[in-house]
Amino acid sequence: MTALDQAHDGGRSAAQWPRLALTGLVTLALLWGAFHLYQLQQPLFGLILLALACGIAVVFGSNRFYGARFIFPGVAAVLIFIAFPVIYTIWIGFTNYSSFNLLSKPRTVEVLLSRGTVDPDTEEPFAVAPEGDLYRVWLPESGLLSEPLALDGSEENAALAPADAPAALLERRDAIALRSGLGAATLTAPDGTVLMNAGLRTFASVQPDYELLDPDTLRRTSDGALLTANPRTGFFETEAGERVPPGWRVTVGWQNFERILTNEGIRGPMVSIFVWTVLFAGGTVVFAFGLGLLLAVILQWEHLRFKAVYRVLLILPYAVPAFISILVFRGIFNQNFGELNLILEALFGLRPHWFTDATLARVMILIVNVWLGYPYMMLLAMGFLQAVPADHKKAAALEGASSVRTFFSITLPQILPPFLPLLIAAFAFNFNNLMLILLLTRGQPDIPGTAIPAGKTDILASFTYRLAFNDSSQQFGLAGAITLIIFVIVGAVSYANFVAMRRAAARRAPQ
Amino acid sequence: MIVERPRDLLVKKILAHGFLLLFLALILFPFLVVVSISFREGNFTVGSLWPENPTLEHWYLAFGLDYVRDDGTVVEPPYPVLLWMWNSIKIGLIAASGILALSVVSAYAFSRIRIRGKGAMLDGLFLIQMFPTTLALVALYAIFDAAGEVSPMLGIDSHLALILVYLSMITLHIWTIKGYFDSVDTALDKAAEIDGASPWQTFRYVFLPLAVPIMAVVFVLAFIFVINDYPIASVLIRSEENLTLAVGSRLYLNEFRYLWGDFAAAAILSGLPITVVFLIAQRYLVSGLSEGAVKG
Repeated sequence: MTALDQAHDGGRSAAQWPRLALTGLVTLALLWGAFHLYQLQQPLFGLILLALACGIAVVFGSNRFYGARFIFPGVAAVLIFIAFPVIYTIWIGFTNYSSFNLLSKPRTVEVLLSRGTVDPDTEEPFAVAPEGDLYRVWLPESGLLSEPLALDGSEENAALAPADAPAALLERRDAIALRSGLGAATLTAPDGTVLMNAGLRTFASVQPDYELLDPDTLRRTSDGALLTANPRTGFFETEAGERVPPGWRVTVGWQNFERILTNEGIRGPMVSIFVWTVLFAGGTVVFAFGLGLLLAVILQWEHLRFKAVYRVLLILPYAVPAFISILVFRGIFNQNFGELNLILEALFGLRPHWFTDATLARVMILIVNVWLGYPYMMLLAMGFLQAVPADHKKAAALEGASSVRTFFSITLPQILPPFLPLLIAAFAFNFNNLMLILLLTRGQPDIPGTAIPAGKTDILASFTYRLAFNDSSQQFGLAGAITLIIFVIVGAVSYANFVAMRRAAARRAPQ
Repeated sequence: MIVERPRDLLVKKILAHGFLLLFLALILFPFLVVVSISFREGNFTVGSLWPENPTLEHWYLAFGLDYVRDDGTVVEPPYPVLLWMWNSIKIGLIAASGILALSVVSAYAFSRIRIRGKGAMLDGLFLIQMFPTTLALVALYAIFDAAGEVSPMLGIDSHLALILVYLSMITLHIWTIKGYFDSVDTALDKAAEIDGASPWQTFRYVFLPLAVPIMAVVFVLAFIFVINDYPIASVLIRSEENLTLAVGSRLYLNEFRYLWGDFAAAAILSGLPITVVFLIAQRYLVSGLSEGAVKG
């Protein structure tokens, strides 16, 4: 509405007001979402939405930011779904967010306070008697009838008094429809006991398990023990230190990082996983590059016929969706009924354990990844090889250099610099090649004797993924901490790449 | 190289073709195996590589049809492959269109419109893009878990949430298209400006028609990326009928329910169209890949 008014007040051209109206509507919708998130105790996400709403209102509402309109949507998408999650993940690394500490503190208190023990002696069935817009609860066994209740979901208390059975009672089905109202109501019997809804059919005196004394203290009714909120662990604890689950999320500082560095059960596997990640990414790039370059050189040979056919067949591994190829390999390498072992057994009587032997599993992963990656390198190499001037090669040949010598002294030095940034990018990509590991081995076989699930073929990214999503105890905090370590490594690699690209661009420019 | 003796040349030719053929036999072996298995009986049979009693059972199941065996037992399809394929294609088309729209508009602005801090923004985008979204999965999960409380349409297990995440994968494409726009003569903008065109009109009527070839490349690249994504979809999508092909296919080769034959037919059925699209597009991709990446 404000957008409309503005359009009329300002006397702007009629063509503008549909845009302003749309901007206003989108802004209002986002503001509503932000408010809703704030109410749901997600102030951080609410803030993001609020910022987005303000951004849209300013950039699309005012004519001063005409140029920014073009890039705002793209930049906003990158900031919200890449930059913010990265920062948020790092922040999670400093918390104890996990399946044990899942909720916010107010929700935890709510959960604890809602727990109660039903006193079986006082349990009795009930019926609901309508009275105008209100209802009375009738307890037939003790012959008590309550004062009228609204049963609209708000907390109510009504006194019970002896009475005759009401004339009309609701059907059970209709009474069940009122259960949210019944659940919020308490009834006080003439002797002072308080009765609560204890299930679909009964009312009983329910003894709450915990009593809130002040925001940070609970009393356990069974033994009277005092529980204090421990802001460092995110649990209510007894004086003896006994923790009462569930806990809530708190920031724990460097605790996750300390665990990674000091706990031998985590540090040991982390180091071996890191080494394997580097070997895996580096090995893939080296082998795929070598193979791709070799094939490109052969395909560029002037005397070779059927080049087009070879080319299409050679890039097939790149053209088939990777998730399908990887799963195909998973089947082919299968120990018991995989086709590869079938052939190996027929020829050599061998039956290698591709999935249970760590070394063989790693070899298998490298084979599959080189198979997936060499066509990309080949395509790139073919492009770069064409850029090498033929005169240089001819001159070398006239000087009597062999073709191998020419390749290593003339061709390779010329194509390596422009190739370098792409090789670094390939390394960074494979460093986090989650899909390959998840689809092929899921990190199996496991490293024995570790504190957390870790596999011999896990790379850092898949290790984090399993920690967060694949286990009984989802350790988001620890996963976030490890992610930060990966970020630092990837950041360094990215920066190196950035510099390499700048150099490559600078080298091209003068030509 | 310039002067070669005919006999040496012949030996070299035989070596080259021999090497390529041997290599191709190794490389293409998995594809041949999969085709053979899709016609083989049963899901485990350790039989010969050439199916002895070819059957169409796996193909019936892949197309979502019941198959009646000779002995009268009816086999039902284990998973809704066609539905997954439809999900993947739907998400792929919508996300790729969105990625294309966002990146082409941004690329035009970065190439032609004067905005303060443009250079820093470009560098920033480039660095951010190096951090793969697959590492921020925990945060993405938490974000959409919370968003789902506002509206289930935006929560976990919704295609819209998945598309929103894919929409952020634009930085590389912005760079590619910007490189293309940078090579367009500035006289064109001047002419449009003199004729009274606003920057938006210049973009809409001058630059957009020029960019059609590069846009096709970006669209195909984005589409293939989305179809191929496993990690993000596996975290955000839960229920079987909402799965994408990449996440669903993995169910076939579960340790406890190993459906090798059914998988083979489903894999060919779903992989073939994507492969064909890629092979048609690859000519244009190569130039886009090497040029867009190096242009700074």
